[in-house]
Amino acid sequence: MSETPTVAEQAAAPPPIDGSPSDEQHSDRQPLAFLLTHQSGVVIIVALVIALAVGAVLIRLQGVAPLYAYETLIKQALFVPGGLTRTLQKTAPLVLTGLAVVLPLRVGLFNIGGQGQLIFGAMFGAWVAYAAGGYGILGAALGMLAGIVAGAFVGWIAGVLKATRGVHEVITTIMLNYIAAGVTWWLVTGPLQAEGSKTSGIPQTELIPPDAQVGAVAKIPIGFVIAVVLAVACWWMLSRSTLGFRFNTVGANKHAARYAGININWIVTLSMVLGGGLAGLAGALEAEGTLYRFEPAVGGTLGFDGITIALLARANPLATIPAAFLVGVLRTGAAGLQFETGIAPEVVDVLLATILLMVSIPVLGKWIFRSRADKVSAASTSWGN
Amino acid sequence: MTTEWIAKNRTTLIVTVVVLVAAYVFYYAENGIAPSMYTSAWGYAIPLVLAALVGVIGERSGVVNIGIEGQMLVAAFAGFFASAYSGSLVVGVLAGIGSGLILGGFLAWTTVRWRMDQIIAGVVLNIIATGITSFYYKPGKQLPGLMPSFDVPILSKIPLFGPVFFTGTSIFAILAILAALFVHFGLFHTRWGLRTRSVGEYPSAADTAGINVERQRLVNVTLAGALAGCAGVYLSMDASSSFERNMVAGRGFLALAIMIMGAWRPLRAFVMAIFFGFINAVASQLQQSGNIDLPPQLTGTLPFVVTIIVLAIAAGRVRAPAAVGQPYIKGDE
Repeated sequence: MSETPTVAEQAAAPPPIDGSPSDEQHSDRQPLAFLLTHQSGVVIIVALVIALAVGAVLIRLQGVAPLYAYETLIKQALFVPGGLTRTLQKTAPLVLTGLAVVLPLRVGLFNIGGQGQLIFGAMFGAWVAYAAGGYGILGAALGMLAGIVAGAFVGWIAGVLKATRGVHEVITTIMLNYIAAGVTWWLVTGPLQAEGSKTSGIPQTELIPPDAQVGAVAKIPIGFVIAVVLAVACWWMLSRSTLGFRFNTVGANKHAARYAGININWIVTLSMVLGGGLAGLAGALEAEGTLYRFEPAVGGTLGFDGITIALLARANPLATIPAAFLVGVLRTGAAGLQFETGIAPEVVDVLLATILLMVSIPVLGKWIFRSRADKVSAASTSWGN
Repeated sequence: MTTEWIAKNRTTLIVTVVVLVAAYVFYYAENGIAPSMYTSAWGYAIPLVLAALVGVIGERSGVVNIGIEGQMLVAAFAGFFASAYSGSLVVGVLAGIGSGLILGGFLAWTTVRWRMDQIIAGVVLNIIATGITSFYYKPGKQLPGLMPSFDVPILSKIPLFGPVFFTGTSIFAILAILAALFVHFGLFHTRWGLRTRSVGEYPSAADTAGINVERQRLVNVTLAGALAGCAGVYLSMDASSSFERNMVAGRGFLALAIMIMGAWRPLRAFVMAIFFGFINAVASQLQQSGNIDLPPQLTGTLPFVVTIIVLAIAAGRVRAPAAVGQPYIKGDE
């Protein structure tokens, strides 16, 4: 896995101690620069240990031995028959929602809208795959394409508003999450509801025909293969292509990017469109590969887990694969854990939140390395403009 | 000249138009609907006012608070279950406000003292809040009683305003009005306000003038958490008397949008929150009266759609406090 920072990334790091940053530089600092300066593999491992300790306390308080619980969790996720396939199946959309956060983050945008982009992609992916189900594999591919387009559309709204009107993407993407949830809920309880589900009371779309479902080859889900390929593609794009250089430059220093003749509005919009498309594909894969139809609960926590994964992966596309695998193991194992011990699967949310907190607190790195971690740069972009 | 005036007052104009539409609906609908519609608008606006004030105080001191949603959720949870288990509403309210304070302190400490990225800190806070409240959620609990409601003497006699704001009102409604007035007065007419605004605009100048920037931010963000606590308690104990998973449903983020539309001013944010209440009330009114045939799932998204549209128009016109989002490091400028 390549950790070699590109030129732009190095530019994003804070200046050496003697070069005091000016006001203007301050306002350009992005979450990316923050992450790159304050995280390392050691910090992530320490964070994991602390999170497991916190989880152990919660599990203990529920009257279950923590070691037994963790053992069950790992066993259920990896070592029961079909467990690994299920975990990889879960990992696939997580890699994609992680990438959906990584790409905009490289440009300095924080995409919290993975959830909405995903659920929109799932809706239209399921619909098209069902409608084109007679064409077999082509139908499956069309479904994925529809998912990408639908997710990209939702991302585009946030991107174009950020680029042209300066509306903060954190607000728009969150609003779009709720809008996407409302619109898909309306579609699945109205125009696109399956005949059979009208009596059962569970809103669902029609079942995607078996030929157009996305299955597994040799116990490896096709969705996982697609996700890994796309992660590598994103890594290549960001570190080896001109477009990636533009992404990194805009993320590192907008003024420099403008001076270099980069169309910032276009890059900002594109990053959200690509991110939205990836999240939309994640939704389509969930619909076509796991549920074989659309249900409102299809998204689960996939979109928000993408944020955790992207931050854990330090905005590195390749690192989203192990990060997503970790989350996938926890999520899959938690379902089995509840079955065995009765512990609510939400314990994983607490674990993930603790990990996220630990990896993003600068002082943790400071304690471990006694580094100059207090030389922190500001990260957030301004609201109003 | 005219176009310039329109351009300058876009937001106000839009708000006026919507209020007129609301008044029109009131006229068009059956008798007796209007007061209930205005009451429902105000009921929707109360937590938004409180939450928007949290945002205003935080950002005026230079700290972005994305975590209002999580603060409200935990306060709603703590308030509801504390009173359900203890059998006392007062204990619940105090627990809710206390949890708001703790989470405010958490955000303040991580962002100001530890200089964590403010957006990430808020997102972490939200994820923790969701995780904890759903992990410990127990269905089937009930509040020991209803929150008291009362009529404010004299004020409740005012036509239109009296019945909506001051009749059968709850402490949180009064609190929202008073808090908006107090924060406005505090920010613009007291020493505390001047100091808060100065650490939010130009912390190094404030530091030079002898203001303790870190302490000012720590105290403000922590205390603002108590208001978020009130907003959360209002949701679970007053507006609905039940706790549901994720019951805040985006209000914390709506409040941030309201704060931006209100140009970081408490009273303007107050008006904007009521505007949102109106949108919500008009949507559900049109729904019920059957004048338009939109499914409820779609009308439920209306506040969010309107937020995006209004922000797209308003953004660029309003200016955020200059130092918002940036940790202050002494001697770094």
